[in-house]
Amino acid sequence: MGERSKPDVLIVGAGHNGLVAACYLARAGLKVQVLERNPYIGGAAVSRKLYGDFTYSNCSYVCSLLRPEIMRTLELPRFGLQIIPYDGGCTMMRDGGHLALYDNHDALRREIARHSKRDAEAYDRYARDVIRQCKFIKPLLMREPPDPTSFKPRDIRELLYLGGHFQRLGEARMYDTLRFWTMSAADFLDEYFESEIVKAHMAGSAIIGTALGPRSPGTAYVLLHHYMGDIDDTVGAWGFARGGMGAVTRSLAASLQASGGTIRTSAGVERILVRNGRSVGVALADGEEISARLVLSNMDVKRTFLNTVDSKELPEDFLRQVRNFKIRGSSGKLNIALDGLPSFPAIPVGSPSTRGDMHVTDTIEMMERAYDDWKEGAWSRAPYIDMLIPSQIDPTMAPDGKHYMSVFVQYCPYQLASGPWDAAKRKAFGDTVIDTIAQHSPDFKSLILHAEVRTPFDIENEVGLTEGNIFQGELTFDQLLFNRPIPGYAQYRTPLRGLYLCGSSTHPGGGVMGAPGANAARAVLRDLRLTGT
Amino acid sequence: MNEASDVGAHFKQPLLTTPFHERERALSQVDSFVPWAGYTTVDVFTNVGQEYFAVRNACSVYDLTPMVKYRIAGPDASRYLNRLVTRDLRKLKINRVSYCVWCNDAGHIIDDGTVFRLDENEYRLCTAERQLDWFLDSAIGFDVQISEVTEQIAALALQGPTSCAVLNKLGLAGVERLKPFEFGWFDSSGMRIMVSRTGFTGDLGYELWVDPLHAVALWDALMAAGRSRGIRAIGSRALNMVRIEAGFLLPNLDFVSAESSVRLGTSRSPLELGLAWLVDFEKGHFTGRRALLEQHRQGLKRQLVGLDIAGNKPATNALLYTDRSGSKEIGSVTSAVWSPTCKRNIALAMVEAPHFALGSTLWAEVYLSRELVWERRMCRAQVVDKPFFAPERRRVTPPGDY
Repeated sequence: MGERSKPDVLIVGAGHNGLVAACYLARAGLKVQVLERNPYIGGAAVSRKLYGDFTYSNCSYVCSLLRPEIMRTLELPRFGLQIIPYDGGCTMMRDGGHLALYDNHDALRREIARHSKRDAEAYDRYARDVIRQCKFIKPLLMREPPDPTSFKPRDIRELLYLGGHFQRLGEARMYDTLRFWTMSAADFLDEYFESEIVKAHMAGSAIIGTALGPRSPGTAYVLLHHYMGDIDDTVGAWGFARGGMGAVTRSLAASLQASGGTIRTSAGVERILVRNGRSVGVALADGEEISARLVLSNMDVKRTFLNTVDSKELPEDFLRQVRNFKIRGSSGKLNIALDGLPSFPAIPVGSPSTRGDMHVTDTIEMMERAYDDWKEGAWSRAPYIDMLIPSQIDPTMAPDGKHYMSVFVQYCPYQLASGPWDAAKRKAFGDTVIDTIAQHSPDFKSLILHAEVRTPFDIENEVGLTEGNIFQGELTFDQLLFNRPIPGYAQYRTPLRGLYLCGSSTHPGGGVMGAPGANAARAVLRDLRLTGT
Repeated sequence: MNEASDVGAHFKQPLLTTPFHERERALSQVDSFVPWAGYTTVDVFTNVGQEYFAVRNACSVYDLTPMVKYRIAGPDASRYLNRLVTRDLRKLKINRVSYCVWCNDAGHIIDDGTVFRLDENEYRLCTAERQLDWFLDSAIGFDVQISEVTEQIAALALQGPTSCAVLNKLGLAGVERLKPFEFGWFDSSGMRIMVSRTGFTGDLGYELWVDPLHAVALWDALMAAGRSRGIRAIGSRALNMVRIEAGFLLPNLDFVSAESSVRLGTSRSPLELGLAWLVDFEKGHFTGRRALLEQHRQGLKRQLVGLDIAGNKPATNALLYTDRSGSKEIGSVTSAVWSPTCKRNIALAMVEAPHFALGSTLWAEVYLSRELVWERRMCRAQVVDKPFFAPERRRVTPPGDY
């Protein structure tokens, strides 16, 4: 590997996990180059100007899970990253009522008590149990999951850690953990709350990005997954990245460049080159070949092995499991430029709850019906939406007096029963969402200056996520920990020597956490004997 | 009713005010308020020292309204409560009050409070924290109705040596005949007042419960009647001093409720809190009985005790050690105060076995600021009997005019 220009490591995809991995490897002294297909970096953590002076966080749109140890080690604040928490959130009801969530504990209790006095007090128990489970999972996020079938000292050590960690929960909570990881969000919430609106509001985070309904087993974990972040030690808090989610990847890119790493955009990787069971570099779409000692793929496991590596080079059982990996498209997104702040008559004027996540699904039943439409191969007629107006808090997102609205939509299929997606269907999908919002905001439609409508099909085409799945694979128990993405290959390594996965298809999954990238980098450094552990 | 657009506008004023708030605001000289159970309450009116001595030297008025109150009624009310709490309530007579704790199945304390028996089948339960969720779950299978009535009852604590004299002056005939933990109904210029001989000060004292409509009139009448007897409104800071002297516990300071504790090993049993006298294993089944019995048999790993600490600096949050060099940590202080009445530096502390035995010597790590130059002191501490202050007058019936 003589010549100086040849990189040690190529990273395929300049999403946040690819960049996190790149940063750690560059800091360890390796020569790292990141290759990005699009003319811009960011993957699904991206800020784009598609209309006037409005900035869209056009894929991921809020931030909580990005691991604080990553922000700190990679000095992301120095490179421009700022995360601003938002307070509150609300669900507007079909009958004109509402439920608001407030940071202030007393305001929150009185608000929930309007719907059920008992639920107002059960909320503390709910928060306690969720935090207990988060405390269990958190230490596992930045660790490589052990291979339970291996007798390597390291795996045994990690298994003992996992076992000991589990043991320390105490008997009752061990049972709770197993129930939590396998039960449905609806069943879980029924154990705490009696009020439909309270349950519906809480259930939202159990279905986001997930091709499951609130009554599907496994969704309680997805709910938890959205709680395990924190901002400045406030567990479960969510916030905005100042300048949009692209600020996350911009700061990572700056950190990388400061450590000597490089990024090439408009450099789509067509093939990962394999020689004698070892990856030796990549071939770009224009035919250029770049060789390197190691290749890290930030692409999901399906795109990596079914589209980019020659299947002849891979073991058949492995390929079969890759094909079976669940990575279904279930979410769409609207990014809307608004001429002013829309009014929401259900919400008291001045309420901070409209500065947080707003919803319009007021029962679990309604949410499950939305899922039924998806199962039939159609977008939900009454979709679940997670709607935010970040420009109320981040002044850089829209011109003065104007606003940017991000609308995450669940459910929207990757493949429609009625045939392929086209412009008319995309517009009809967008209109369904806009009409849904307009039912709760009479002036909303008249304020729309521009709307970008993104279906799972669009997200796959633009970002490269298979089926547009935001987590690079469902977060169900069969695809978590040492089963993520594939049993036996949960440690960021693959059947090909020199090829690693570093995207959210790997433990601990998606949500703009950065942990997969950091863990993958650690695995690489260990293989290169550049670190002790 | 409210305007529709204002429904749920709690964010504008998250804290409620008690019916006494106007009077309290007028007396507040240092503008020091703190939230308590969803209400704005006074921390200090004028001066903590003066407020403290009002309790121990004359009489004090403390606004008790935010205390969470539940009405528990129905044919099964007695059976329900007796299963809920660890104490035997079957002996509780009408017009009597009982201090109780209740636990979860693991025998970990959820909260403490006072149970008032209003009638054959009607009780009032007063607690520091809300827990309707637990009470309702515990009520399944009992013919009992439970409702929170906090906002329907205004309450004042009148505590101190001259408190009985002030009530007599107010015209509450026969109030002096109330024994400790007894209550009765009294009329005074058109007001119906429930008076209980209870309190959180360990001193002679009463608690007055009225319809919120009469709250301001009661306040004014009390202040007028007590003017010559040294009456003074006090805030939470002074109350905290006297309750430590009396050895009373506060949730979230001396223990964390099992219903809200996140970490393993942080909840406490009544036995560990030194409240074994509240646990009756003979009364039949109650929630937590099996676990408590097991703990009782096995012996305690830790216990809340009183400490007498050298020096005069309150050992707030101090860690405790077996020796002066701090080689072995054996507990921590939960509440601490310099007692102006006992002239002792006292504390409540959770101490590991066997160091909680009466007379044990421990060492407390206290940090002292000498004009912002910080020093670490290891102070000798002795495990002593509680309460630290227990004047005879708290029990005497009828009380004298102290």
